[in-house]
Amino acid sequence: MADVTLIVDGKQITAPAGTLLIEACKSAGIEIPAFCYYPGLSLQAACRMCVVRIEKQPKLATACTTTIAEGMVVQTETPEIAQARKATLQLLLGNHPLDCPVCDAGGECELQDMTFKYGAAESFYAEPKNHREEQKWSPVVYFDRPRCILCYRCVRMCGEGMDVFALGIQNRGSSAVIAPNVPAQLSPDDLAHVDCEQCGMCIDACPVGALTSGTYRYKTRPWEMNHVATVCTHCGDGCKTTLGVRSTSDGSEIVRGDNRDKSGINNDFLCNKGRYAFDFANHEDRITQPLVRQANGELKPVSWEIALDHVGKKLRELRDTRGGKSIGVIGGNRLTNEEAYLLQKFARTVLHTNNIDHHRTADYVAFAQSLAGHGERTASLHDTLKAPAVLIVGGDPTVQSPATAWNLRTNVRLNRAKLYIANAAEIKLRRQAKAFLQLAPFGYNALAAYLAGDEAAALSATSDTAALSSFRDAVKAEENLLILIGSELRGAELKKLIDFGLTIPGAKFALLSDYVNSRGAADMGLLPDMLPGYTPVGATSPMATEYAGPNALGLDMLEMFDSADRGNLSALYVVGANPVARYSIDPATLKNTFVVVQEMFLTETAALADVVLPAANLYEKAGSVTNSYGDLQQVSKAGDRAGVRTDFEMIVRVADKIGANMQSLVPFGKGLRADMGQTRGVQSGEADRHAVWLTANNMEPRLSPFDSFAILDEIQRLVPGYNILRLQLLSGNDQHLSPAATPLVQISNRRDLVVPANDTLFTSGTLGRYSTMLCDLQQNEILRASNLTQIQTAAD
Amino acid sequence: MPTLVSHPDEVKIVSRRFGQGAADIEKYIELDGYKAVQLAISQGAEMSNWIINTMKASGLRGRGGAGFPTGMKWSFVPKVSEKPKYVLVNGDESEPGTCKDHVIFLHDPHSVIEGTMIAGLAIGSKLGFIYLRGEYRYLLKQVEKAVADAYAKGFLGKNIFGSGIDFDIITQTGAGAYEVGEESALMESLEGKRGVPRIKPPFPAVVGLYGGPTVINNAETIANAPHILLMGGEAYAKLGTERNGGTRLFGISGHVERPGVYELPMGYSLRKAIYEVAGGIKDGKKLKAVVPGGSSCPVLTADEIDVGLDFDQMGKAGTMLGSGGIVVLDETVSIVEFAMRVISFYQHESCGWCIPCREGTDWIKKTLTRVYNGGGSKKDVDNVQYLAENMMGRTFCPLGDAAAMPTLGFVKKFRKEFEDYIEGHKAGTPLITVEQLVGAGH
Amino acid sequence: MSTVTNTIFSPELAARFDHLVTIYPVKRSALVPMLLYAQDEIGYVSDAAVSEIAVRIGINDLEVRNVLSYYSMLRTKPAGKYNVQVCTNISCMLRGGYGILDHCKKTLGIGHKETTADGTFSLEEVECIGACCWAPAMQVNYDFHDGLTPEKVDVVLQQYRDGQGKDVK
Ligand SMILES: Cc1cc2nc3c(=O)[nH]c(=O)nc-3n(C[C@H](O)[C@H](O)[C@H](O)COP(=O)(O)O)c2cc1C
Ligand code: SF4
Ligand code: SF4
Ligand code: SF4
Ligand code: SF4
Ligand code: FES
Ligand code: FES
Repeated sequence: MADVTLIVDGKQITAPAGTLLIEACKSAGIEIPAFCYYPGLSLQAACRMCVVRIEKQPKLATACTTTIAEGMVVQTETPEIAQARKATLQLLLGNHPLDCPVCDAGGECELQDMTFKYGAAESFYAEPKNHREEQKWSPVVYFDRPRCILCYRCVRMCGEGMDVFALGIQNRGSSAVIAPNVPAQLSPDDLAHVDCEQCGMCIDACPVGALTSGTYRYKTRPWEMNHVATVCTHCGDGCKTTLGVRSTSDGSEIVRGDNRDKSGINNDFLCNKGRYAFDFANHEDRITQPLVRQANGELKPVSWEIALDHVGKKLRELRDTRGGKSIGVIGGNRLTNEEAYLLQKFARTVLHTNNIDHHRTADYVAFAQSLAGHGERTASLHDTLKAPAVLIVGGDPTVQSPATAWNLRTNVRLNRAKLYIANAAEIKLRRQAKAFLQLAPFGYNALAAYLAGDEAAALSATSDTAALSSFRDAVKAEENLLILIGSELRGAELKKLIDFGLTIPGAKFALLSDYVNSRGAADMGLLPDMLPGYTPVGATSPMATEYAGPNALGLDMLEMFDSADRGNLSALYVVGANPVARYSIDPATLKNTFVVVQEMFLTETAALADVVLPAANLYEKAGSVTNSYGDLQQVSKAGDRAGVRTDFEMIVRVADKIGANMQSLVPFGKGLRADMGQTRGVQSGEADRHAVWLTANNMEPRLSPFDSFAILDEIQRLVPGYNILRLQLLSGNDQHLSPAATPLVQISNRRDLVVPANDTLFTSGTLGRYSTMLCDLQQNEILRASNLTQIQTAAD
Repeated sequence: MPTLVSHPDEVKIVSRRFGQGAADIEKYIELDGYKAVQLAISQGAEMSNWIINTMKASGLRGRGGAGFPTGMKWSFVPKVSEKPKYVLVNGDESEPGTCKDHVIFLHDPHSVIEGTMIAGLAIGSKLGFIYLRGEYRYLLKQVEKAVADAYAKGFLGKNIFGSGIDFDIITQTGAGAYEVGEESALMESLEGKRGVPRIKPPFPAVVGLYGGPTVINNAETIANAPHILLMGGEAYAKLGTERNGGTRLFGISGHVERPGVYELPMGYSLRKAIYEVAGGIKDGKKLKAVVPGGSSCPVLTADEIDVGLDFDQMGKAGTMLGSGGIVVLDETVSIVEFAMRVISFYQHESCGWCIPCREGTDWIKKTLTRVYNGGGSKKDVDNVQYLAENMMGRTFCPLGDAAAMPTLGFVKKFRKEFEDYIEGHKAGTPLITVEQLVGAGH
Repeated sequence: MSTVTNTIFSPELAARFDHLVTIYPVKRSALVPMLLYAQDEIGYVSDAAVSEIAVRIGINDLEVRNVLSYYSMLRTKPAGKYNVQVCTNISCMLRGGYGILDHCKKTLGIGHKETTADGTFSLEEVECIGACCWAPAMQVNYDFHDGLTPEKVDVVLQQYRDGQGKDVK
């Protein structure tokens, strides 16, 4: 749009036509106070804090509703304006408790800031202030009415932003009040409640301390915490979440999750899990000592030294006696890229096995192969906010990838993006859709075929073939279409859909999966047939030249358990995964297998282990993760728990105990360059490629084998597509990566390897079971549902 | 049932048919009813321009309160619009002291219908709404019947009067909210929402009801349209003063001998209206003050009433013509009490959307109530003035001003009375007891 | 095409509602009238009425409550068969509105927003009802009574008590 020039406080500023004055000022560094304005939500002009003087206008104008015009002359801070704002504050404070020292928002309250700025603190009202009890609307949402300044941010956030509409405005005048959607009289406990997605966005938007969160309330004050920006562990969107951390006697405890600076990949969004479900870290059931199974069958705490020795000895023995092929390795979806990479490298080069897998929540192998040679066609999460048209086939982003859903809603609302949805279920996003195609159950394969031109598939795709045909026409007519694919589509049908999409100019793709690093796990080669970057095992590649791994394909997850069942799996090394529960493995299967599990809790898998090593979780370590879209971000260590170790460290230590060459496993140490090729690589005389690469990239070698950056260096050097921009990463920004897979003739048909997590808004796999908050919310949902049935039966 | 009054100084235009049974469609037709709309249609292609020009020439200014020139308002509606255009008749009449639309709906509902049709023809709308406040249920029934009769005659609906133009009218009821009289709040209400006003611009003429261009007028404004078309714009204009064409209905209430709704030429003397038309102060008492145009208008003292009743002269006198509801206060009235009652109303009716009005009306009310109950201090008068001054011009819609303006008028013009009151010298005979205040709903 | 099979309203009102939602450019425009008419029939806007109206309009209950709570004529608790609403706003106040209110309180033995034990009357002090020139005025349900004196009030109330009131609906 054309630019408009105006004068604000004597300064000439320029902004695109159509910009709101408040935003134009902001980008020119002029902050205008605002309570009711919230970027992207509908305009209110209710608080009157943003008043400014615009030349030739009779009254003060609200900057939040004024669109800039050429030649406009604006004053934003004059005595008249200051007085208007001061009076507004005085009016608010007339009925607002001035108890900032005990308020939860103290230190982060916009009202407090403004009162200070405009000197409105002394109240001249003699009347007693209205007082009302604080209300608990849900396990996470608390409301303190007297603090509410009625800015309606929460109402809009919930309605416009979340499409939930759980908050309303009731009564009028000075009795006006924010009300939740379950009124007291319809609630069994005679208290009002909110029946909603519990995202906490309303709390986040609240400029004062009227809405507060159940988890953080009155625990500490903002200035008593350290704030660490990291990445949420709970879904494949990988939102940036800022964890508030407080020191405790045995480490440091996470007490709050939020999205303070709104600078991350998720902009201003966080769902319930990113905001509140960090509490698993503090769960009392956490394992904080290594456990080794004793002769009597019991798991007994032992020292790290004993445990590691035992694991090292056993693995080495089994490898040497029964061969690497008898050992299986299973990685997790919440490991960092460095850990996942290290784990597969450890498996291949130290244990000499390709029996590596992870709990696959989407078919990234087929995805990467279908897009081989089309790196530019992979979408970033950012695209969901900008794409002019979006096709969603399968999946339910509202529940499975809430940030994606948020972005899509925002894109539809603000940019009128066109959303096309084909799904076997009536997913909530259909409310934003331009066209919703109801598919037959399991109709995805047929849909892919139909889109690809197989008219005969129409009837298997949907009963409404007319809708199907116009759906296809509409989608085909789009340009720059973003295609989001749910985990229902796998293997050949996924390829078919992508092939169809590739015919649309500018179309981009993303495959949605379930946890923070599900994509990273696949990218990093936690696969029996693929090295990192979807490099086929056995193919020639720089990586293969450096890795002395076996050439034969390994066993996949299910084959490993089959093998165990037949008594052929001598050892199973599980890092941050619970395959026993996920794949419903009969515990007896593993009775003849030596099982080592790195875990936080005694999960179904850990309970069967011979050795359990207490693991740190994602919030307790540093590294990088890759979201469903291929956006890489840095994770930072927020919490700390005495007794636990990162998976990275444990793998390194186990490898050491096995007697592996540590410098080939983790390229660290200065000594390497000296003996170019002596210790690195198998072919002697060859240059130390890593050292050469480091020099070429102006990087220093890492000094410790526990420094995950050493592995990141190697990932960057060797994994196709992972050409990471360090500055981006270190400054906390996300960057989009596209795997550069080699196309494969044969796409695997093992659909059953992909097991979507099917998490709800309030579950998060095994981990979620240890989040008190998520458990409370599930309980809350169950109660709500049973009450509803009661009420309904009573009414019938 | 409202009694009709009459005075020789009256010039009966819009009240011409009052008391003649014109609610009956046959009677209405007999009294030149539905002639104006046919006259308009007979202008053919020039119809729209002709209507708007006639309305402009009439100098008719909106009778809802703000006095915006009606012809000009109609001319603002874009000729071509993607979205349907609407005519909206504001019959929410809730400003204390105002009951003139009440009489129109009762005695001449068809004039509103015909006026709505004319406005529709002028702007190219096919659908009009007549919105009545919820309390006016019996009038709604009357209007509903009139609309049904007009349909039965074929005056409404398809191809009205052979013009090839369709026009429909829907009647609508409110449910108790003064703020819904504000035009954009009325549209919200009509769309089934809370009566909270909208951000302006855009103005209704461009983006109004259901997002379409909309003309919204007061019922009296609309009811004048047929008369103006029949008598000619200039003839109508001549009845009034410069830039204040014609006549208007004044509801004179309070302490007068003959309260009632009178139609007087614009510019008519306020003094004469009180002392001659309405028969002077009740029971031979002395005049203390006048609220000249509904409760939101700043008060005039007894010696400020030599002013002509039109928008400009009242403006010059520091007050407003408003809705034409003249409320007369005799010497026995305590201004402290009266001011408290006025602010109580606005406190009760504030929609609560914006801070200055929601909180301001509440605190002024609380303060004045305390003062009234004898717990005031001198500082309270300053505080009330400070609050009112800081509401003025700062609220989201004019209700905030409507609350602040009279308050400022009272404390400025009768400051001494407030101060004396606080010191225990209470002027006037109390009308409200403390007991009543405690139980009050507002 | 009513989507409501098990209506809580009388057949007449249900039919009226079926029609009402069809006449406006937007269904939701029927909301305020529906709430008022529902109240006329049931005596107040019950939770069941809220839910049915929400279904009829196609919005959620919360939205209905948001709107419902805005309008002062709408109530969520039952009132008397005859709701006596006395105006005490300025024009009425000047001509004795508060005296009328007091008189009603005394004769009915109830206060603001209260209902007589037999459920016949409830009392409310209200803002200007648009009868200022005929003050003091009150409404009993929707009927206007103006030029009131305590004696006239007694007559009016007796009429309703005897079932002789107009009671326009
Ligand atoms: C708080 C408030 C209440 C109003 N109430 C009414 C009303 O009851 N009736 C009315 O005609 N106009 C009322 N108005 C004025 C309307 O907003 C609008 O200006 C008017 O209906 C336009 O019609 P007119 O140009 O014919 O006067 C009110 C305005 C405000 C700010
Ligand atoms: S927590 Fe989220 S869904 Fe629930 S009320 Fe707040 S914004 Fe709405
Ligand atoms: S609760 Fe907070 S966000 Fe919601 S209206 Fe009140 S102050 Fe605003
Ligand atoms: S959307 Fe996903 S990544 Fe973002 S906060 Fe929620 S669970 Fe975490
Ligand atoms: S001034 Fe503000 S609070 Fe008052 S009625 Fe208007 S919008 Fe509502
Ligand atoms: S920010 Fe502009 S009025 Fe609230
Ligand atoms: S003041 Fe009582 S009816 Fe207007």
